Amino acid sequence: MSIPGIRDRKIEDVGLQAGVDRLTEDQIQKTIKKVLKGETGAKLKLYAETCMRCGLCAEGCHYYMSHDKDPSYAPVSKVRQTMWEILRHNGKVSPEFIYGCAQIAYTECNMCKRCAHYCPLGIDIGYIISVVRRICHKLGVVPLYIQDTAHSHSATMNQMWVKDDEWPDALQWQEDEARDEIPNLRIPLEVEGADIFYSVIGPEPKFRTQLIYQAAVLMNETGQSWTMPATPGWDNSDMAMYTGDYEVMGRIKRAHFDTAMRLKVKRIVMGECGHAFRSIYDMGNRWLGWKMHPVRVMHAIEFYHELLEKGQLKIAKTFDTPVTLHDPCNIIRGRGLMDQAREVVKAFCPNFVEMTPNREHNYCCCAGGGVINCGPPFKNVRVEGNKVKAEQLIRTGVPVVIAPCHNCHGGLEDIIHAYKTGQELKFLIDIIYECMEKPDAVE
Amino acid sequence: MNAAYEFVVGPLAWIAGAIFVLGSIYRLVSMYALAVKKDYSSLPYMDLKYSLRSIIHWLNPFGTAGWKASPWTAAVTFIFHICLIITPLFLLGHAVLLETFHGIEWPTISDGLADGLTMLVIAGCIFFIIRRATVDKLKYITSGMDWFVIFLVLATFLTGFAAYHQWLNYQFILILHILAGEAMLASIPFTRLSHMIFWVFIRGYMGSEFGKVRHAKDW
Repeated sequence: MSIPGIRDRKIEDVGLQAGVDRLTEDQIQKTIKKVLKGETGAKLKLYAETCMRCGLCAEGCHYYMSHDKDPSYAPVSKVRQTMWEILRHNGKVSPEFIYGCAQIAYTECNMCKRCAHYCPLGIDIGYIISVVRRICHKLGVVPLYIQDTAHSHSATMNQMWVKDDEWPDALQWQEDEARDEIPNLRIPLEVEGADIFYSVIGPEPKFRTQLIYQAAVLMNETGQSWTMPATPGWDNSDMAMYTGDYEVMGRIKRAHFDTAMRLKVKRIVMGECGHAFRSIYDMGNRWLGWKMHPVRVMHAIEFYHELLEKGQLKIAKTFDTPVTLHDPCNIIRGRGLMDQAREVVKAFCPNFVEMTPNREHNYCCCAGGGVINCGPPFKNVRVEGNKVKAEQLIRTGVPVVIAPCHNCHGGLEDIIHAYKTGQELKFLIDIIYECMEKPDAVE
Repeated sequence: MNAAYEFVVGPLAWIAGAIFVLGSIYRLVSMYALAVKKDYSSLPYMDLKYSLRSIIHWLNPFGTAGWKASPWTAAVTFIFHICLIITPLFLLGHAVLLETFHGIEWPTISDGLADGLTMLVIAGCIFFIIRRATVDKLKYITSGMDWFVIFLVLATFLTGFAAYHQWLNYQFILILHILAGEAMLASIPFTRLSHMIFWVFIRGYMGSEFGKVRHAKDW
């Protein structure tokens, strides 16, 4: 059953090792059968049966392209090393095999679905990988770091073990900071009936607090009716979705939607995060039985675009340094915001240079899909697995890269550093904050 | 030999046809039932408009990222499939059988054209076989089933070609050809050839998700 590929590049991870050490083949088979029978149906069956093994998906994958076309990194090959073997052996596979499955599914596929543009049949390899992750989760074989974030979600309803009192504390801190610049600025908590519930991801209060500051300035200076909750349910992020822990994913999303409904807001506007958008817009809602999100959900890009269109967001100065834009999978391939993103960028940045490929065909950051959350043991996997991204960035020849997604930021930061592209990375809000009109500012 | 011929164009043809038609219906109906039962987080997103949008784009050999990345494979794939469908459907020899046994008149293409199309199918098979045997990424993923289906197609068209040109023992080759063709027909619902009946739905589903939910292209 073992073929060259993942067995030749095993990476030690405490979570994976402790997980497989507990398993026997019989337990594995029992769990796999339960998942396959209970949770999969025509989709998986058809994908496994009709995939023509043509290999066209290979060129779609940044891992494959970055490893000099090593066949074991092609999307179809990742399925070949995991799900097909599982199906072929009716789930009777060894613990060591499951280790490999987990390593592939959690760290060698970002589920960015770029390969969807390459498969003539229309096979969703991201979905197949998600089923592999689901099996690994059920077997308790998950990389330590991402499992820790899933535990955090479960215990605190946020990703970063932010305690209930630390959350409003962080907001108050940012409000205090911002009032030096804009004396009338407030971060309104628990305002029932506000238009907007602004939701962020766990890392923002933890170590990217400037983003909360900047968003508050944007809201205040464009005159929005907005609020943030003082309770758990504020975090829109969702690593449980990526570990395959759909039960916890459901709990997080329910808390989030419930919070929006309790506050009776008209819509949820979320910061520049990709995976959280996927969770709220595409995955979590389905798990909870909603065809689409029960409260209107808007990604930051769509919101900035609306503010510009309505004339509420005014430009004080332009950002003249040449910039390029990285299209994050979950909001471009996942939501089609490529045109709006460009319009916002071009409104502020007269010197905009496209990277190629771009839009739906942009190369992944290689951090998303939970890969960066698998932590330090797998850092080189995603840096070496995305040489093609570094080359793409270098080709633009511009000093600033805009990436409107948290995971993309993490991934691109490491790539920029490792391949010495010398570029500076920015969120859209960094540029908007710097260049917008702030009528209430005192400086 | 005559009795064998009578058997393969008679009862065996009926059996193969029935396996193909009834088998395909069975596969489609049972797959739909399974989707209703187990894939209800996907099925309601199916959308005719976006299914067609996706299918039409993928029917353009120069119109998608996947085809553009592998232009030779794209070209051969299209030529191969077009010839593979047209040739048996409109071959004079097949139409004659239909008329003889069932009195049905059927449009045909000239023998010369059919001969050319057959050669293209055979060339396509050889291309796919060489590709599968030599390209690393294909060697990595190929299984017995992949060889089975391509050699089944090759066998059918090679024997058809040989029979038309009356190579070797005509009647023997002809029977082989009919047997291979019937095997291919009967295999469609139950082997990887089932992509013939399922493709539009798989493609359509991807198109629907990308069109309706994701507001993005899937090509």
